[in-house]
Amino acid sequence: MEKTLDLKYTFTEKKDTRSGFGDGLLEAGRKNPNVVGLCADLIGSLKMGAFQKEFPERFFQVGIAEANMIGLAAGLAIGDKIPFTGTFANFSTGRVYDQIRQSVAYSDKNVKICASHAGLTLGEDGATHQILEDVGMMRMLPHMTVINPCDYNQTKAATLALVDHVGPAYLRFGRPVWPIFTPADQKFEIGKAWKMIEGKDVTIFATGHLVWEAVVAEAMLREEGIYAEVINIHTIKPFDEAAVLASIAKTGCAVSAEEHQINGGLGDSIAQSLARNSPAPLEYIGVLDSFGESGTPTQLLEKYGLNAENIVKAAKKAISRK
Amino acid sequence: MEKQSIDQLKQICSQVRRDCLRMVHAVQSGHPGAALGLTEYFVALYFNEMTHDSKFKMDGKGEDMFFLSNGHVSALWYSVLARSGYFSTEELGTFRKLNSRLQGHPATHEGLPGIRIASGSLGQGLSVAIGVAQAKKIDKDDKLVYVMMGDGEQQEGQVWEAGMYAAHHKVDNLIAAIDYNGQQIDGPTAKIMDLKNLRAKWEAFGWDVIEIKKGNDIESVVNGLAEAKGLTGKGKPVMILLYTEMGYGVDFMVGTHKWHGVAPSDAELENALGQLEETLGDY
Repeated sequence: MEKTLDLKYTFTEKKDTRSGFGDGLLEAGRKNPNVVGLCADLIGSLKMGAFQKEFPERFFQVGIAEANMIGLAAGLAIGDKIPFTGTFANFSTGRVYDQIRQSVAYSDKNVKICASHAGLTLGEDGATHQILEDVGMMRMLPHMTVINPCDYNQTKAATLALVDHVGPAYLRFGRPVWPIFTPADQKFEIGKAWKMIEGKDVTIFATGHLVWEAVVAEAMLREEGIYAEVINIHTIKPFDEAAVLASIAKTGCAVSAEEHQINGGLGDSIAQSLARNSPAPLEYIGVLDSFGESGTPTQLLEKYGLNAENIVKAAKKAISRK
Repeated sequence: MEKQSIDQLKQICSQVRRDCLRMVHAVQSGHPGAALGLTEYFVALYFNEMTHDSKFKMDGKGEDMFFLSNGHVSALWYSVLARSGYFSTEELGTFRKLNSRLQGHPATHEGLPGIRIASGSLGQGLSVAIGVAQAKKIDKDDKLVYVMMGDGEQQEGQVWEAGMYAAHHKVDNLIAAIDYNGQQIDGPTAKIMDLKNLRAKWEAFGWDVIEIKKGNDIESVVNGLAEAKGLTGKGKPVMILLYTEMGYGVDFMVGTHKWHGVAPSDAELENALGQLEETLGDY
């Protein structure tokens, strides 16, 4: 189906976003001697091996002890280092929420919490590892920046941007190979939404892997004469409210799309902004208050309603509610 | 700051105890028990042992650095910081009050000089101190990192994650201490959750362990700290088991968990202050 569509963005290669992190971290290490890495026994999964090899004195294997890792990172930040911690998203957030809250967020430490295998697209490992609440937990924390890039290139750019950003940050990425449809030389501006496709009938606000699904959905809608605006919300906090409101002022309705619970994620950020400023119909694409399960990423996105087809349906519903 | 003599340290201890009791009394909230028990250790660190600058720098480069994991001892830390010049002693009167930099538990949020990380939720300080110690190693900074924990706090799992890590990574520029007073909120540690042989536990984790049996005797504490310092730089982190008595210095508070988080009444304060000489002037 995708091949017949007139897509506004295309790709020639697929890669996992976690590799964007790993390659970004290596480059960051070369650019800034204060960058240090920590990993809780998942160096291969987080793609931190190249950094470890090139900078062994600036890399710390923590073992399976995530709480300790967060504390260590806070301490390294006190000593003027720029620590990037690496483990799965579940163990980066839910397992260590209080450590992040007290030692990183409340203490305003320059720690970059880097989380792979987020969301359903982790796949076969199932619900124990498919965290769908992490964005909500992290965006509730004062001081915390929350970033969820959409492909390899954007993840790499986001990783590099975090080196110059001072303050606690959560960087969320994933495991599956995914289309690389954003440019390699993009400038990543933390907190600034990226309008990828101009439209007039409905706005699709998407984050992470679902930005690609939104791009596909836009082409599908266009075939039916519906012109959707696609905005890539790579930074969920700080939230680019001005960009959201400007788009809604034009289109009058919206769809949010995220690989996360509908509670507490991007959709709720948009809803809060609309409710406080200019109410408009909003349809959520996200997981409906349930846990995930084992399956391939494609199967899971389909079963839980997180793919382009479902974004199309949600867009039409949002338009009908105008 | 010049190293203070034993007599001077004793005088400072008496004044710091007065500060702690007056602070907790004024706001009728706080934790006097462990503060009184740890007075000698804090005073020895800040007025004798550590190289530090009250013109506070967050990164502490070129300085010894202290971290408090059992943050409820905040009144003591604030008094010692104020008395060593980090901020005015008058500010001690704002302890735990609205809009104060002296929060109930230590925090960086309000920018109080001397505090580098929030603590209060237990079990986290050792990890932080290890991270700071490793940053010092990267920077080839030969100064030391000190961290204080409670004995009840040893029940937190993260402490042992950190303990395993520090030994594995040979973090030997770190002196940790446990306030071994045998008490926690609900009662004696032996009854609530027995710590058994802490020395054997830390040694099994690969640490050098020393004991300061008289943690409320300033000379013993100063000597113990010197012994601990002598063990640094030898490939192992160093742990001090610091035997203290909760509530030390006030006869009706000593040796019981009952004053863990209870403020004295007006009459009790008067009684307590009568037992502690005002040496440097009350704030």
